[in-house]
Amino acid sequence: MMAFPPELLAMQLVTGLALGAVYVLLAIGLSLIFGMLTVVNFAHGAFFMVGAYMGVFLYGLTGNFLVSLVVVPLAVGGIGLVVERFLVRPLYGRGIDYPLLLTFGLSYVFIEVVRILFGLNGLPFSPPEMLQGAVDIGIGYFPLYRLFLIAATAVVVLALWLFIERTAFGLVIRAGARDPEIVRVLGIDVSKIWLVVFGIGTGIAGLSGVLAAPLQGVAPEMGVPILAEAFVVTVVGGMGSLVGAVIAGLLVGVVVAMTSLFAPEMAKVSIFALMALVLLVRPRGLMGRAGLMG
Amino acid sequence: MTVLDPPQSTARRWLGHVARHRVAATLGFLVLFPLIVPYEALAANILVLGLYALGFNLLFGYTGLLSFGHAAFLGSGAYGCGIALVHFGVGWFGAILIGTALATLVAAVIGFLAIRTRGIYFAMVTLALSMCVYYAFYQMEPLTGGENGLRGVNLQTIGVFGFQLSFLNPTVKYYVLLAFVGVAIWLFSRLLASPFGAVLEAVRENENRARACGYDVAATKLVAFVISGAFCGLAGALNALHLSIVPIETLHYTTSGQVVMMALLGGMGTFFGPFVGAATFLLLQDVLSVLTQHWQLYVGIVFILFVLFFPRGIWGSLLDRFGPR
Repeated sequence: MMAFPPELLAMQLVTGLALGAVYVLLAIGLSLIFGMLTVVNFAHGAFFMVGAYMGVFLYGLTGNFLVSLVVVPLAVGGIGLVVERFLVRPLYGRGIDYPLLLTFGLSYVFIEVVRILFGLNGLPFSPPEMLQGAVDIGIGYFPLYRLFLIAATAVVVLALWLFIERTAFGLVIRAGARDPEIVRVLGIDVSKIWLVVFGIGTGIAGLSGVLAAPLQGVAPEMGVPILAEAFVVTVVGGMGSLVGAVIAGLLVGVVVAMTSLFAPEMAKVSIFALMALVLLVRPRGLMGRAGLMG
Repeated sequence: MTVLDPPQSTARRWLGHVARHRVAATLGFLVLFPLIVPYEALAANILVLGLYALGFNLLFGYTGLLSFGHAAFLGSGAYGCGIALVHFGVGWFGAILIGTALATLVAAVIGFLAIRTRGIYFAMVTLALSMCVYYAFYQMEPLTGGENGLRGVNLQTIGVFGFQLSFLNPTVKYYVLLAFVGVAIWLFSRLLASPFGAVLEAVRENENRARACGYDVAATKLVAFVISGAFCGLAGALNALHLSIVPIETLHYTTSGQVVMMALLGGMGTFFGPFVGAATFLLLQDVLSVLTQHWQLYVGIVFILFVLFFPRGIWGSLLDRFGPR
């Protein structure tokens, strides 16, 4: 336990932040959708997986990672729009469990469609040449791609924050999250906002898939464990809170990285222990509002 | 009978009799069931997973709590039974009890944490905690066999009241399993008919009103969760004996999802629905997996159609149409 030099700890901390970046993106999408629509998207992991496959496919086609980064969120978000309009929307007002059950069934369909198109086994994928190698960050050499991942996440979070806090449409989103009834009375078509929010949330899930693909390759089942982990992040951070999602995502990433250093066999279980602790001490999550869950 | 009473159809009257004797009717059906199923192993699968869905339905159908972590109870029941039998040489009956007890314990821990959250969190927290159980059993390789699952849960013969029955004979095996499932069904029916059963439905219909009536809602939910886990644990223990192996997938998220599908397909909140759902799901899987390796695509589509158009499930829709009023 004493044998770990501070540089190694610092390195592992940065590794944890890079891992946490993916969690942050997933949790933000989940939280955004839940905050507006009160829908828990059980297909979020499947959207993530579809994004990863699309990214790998487009990269193979064009040889340009940037194309994947731009096109995939739009395409996956487009699928999200169709899903909300034709599958989720008929279920509003029927009880909170039904959209959840529907998206759960949808994840089966997504996984099998990807298996039909790309085969049962996963595909390897390494970072694009431009982002390979390592750079000196003062405490040692760190993989360039992971730095890129942290930076890209920061950009997405910042853009989303500006969009929600500084634009007219963002204002309507915030109002709709607080009280859809009043927003409707003011003459705004809430169902359109819900549609767009579902599209944005799933689009971000797709983007996180592309960004995660070079870390681990892609496989049809890759969305399942990450869905459970994204739920942990959402519960720890507090449902419906973007700040909570960012803090909890990074925290969970660091916890995983640190336990894999000190007690590798505990790495998988550690984040669930963290969640259990939060549930015991503060059931609403770090940043969650009391009573939001009603 | 007043003039205003609508004339009762034969089907409605017949189903009324069935509903009044639901345990006898269900048992009668299950006794004859192997005769109408293509092969006995499938009948036993439906029997055991029907019990799994029955236990799940106590929580989802009767209490209104949607758990996505019930694989943890099926799995710990199966592993508890299997480990007792393989590593500690416990007899088959004791092994079943140990498996059920372990699942009950796991349900108490997960339930204690999960009921601290309300509403929609519940599905997420139960899913996450069951994945934790999955990883924990995966890591304990010397005891659980890790990735390969627990092998060698072989039971050649079982002694019942001095008789030696061959457990390798599929027909004997089915009826031995049915003896346990039958007792569970009877207990389940008693539970629903008890005052506690009425409180469960009160919590489902309106949590605040149940609280206002002086019921401890949190305690009721926890007890329902633990009992549900115990039924699923018994199903897991029986499944371990039935399959002679405990695959690690028993604990996986997909097993939790499977029981959600079964309960919804059959009809949540109905007594016989879980068995209808288990039979539908497993027959669908049995037929489709012969035709295509992508059977989950069609199961997923069928499930989505049920969520959209038949949320009461097969048995629930039949009851709505023909059932006793």
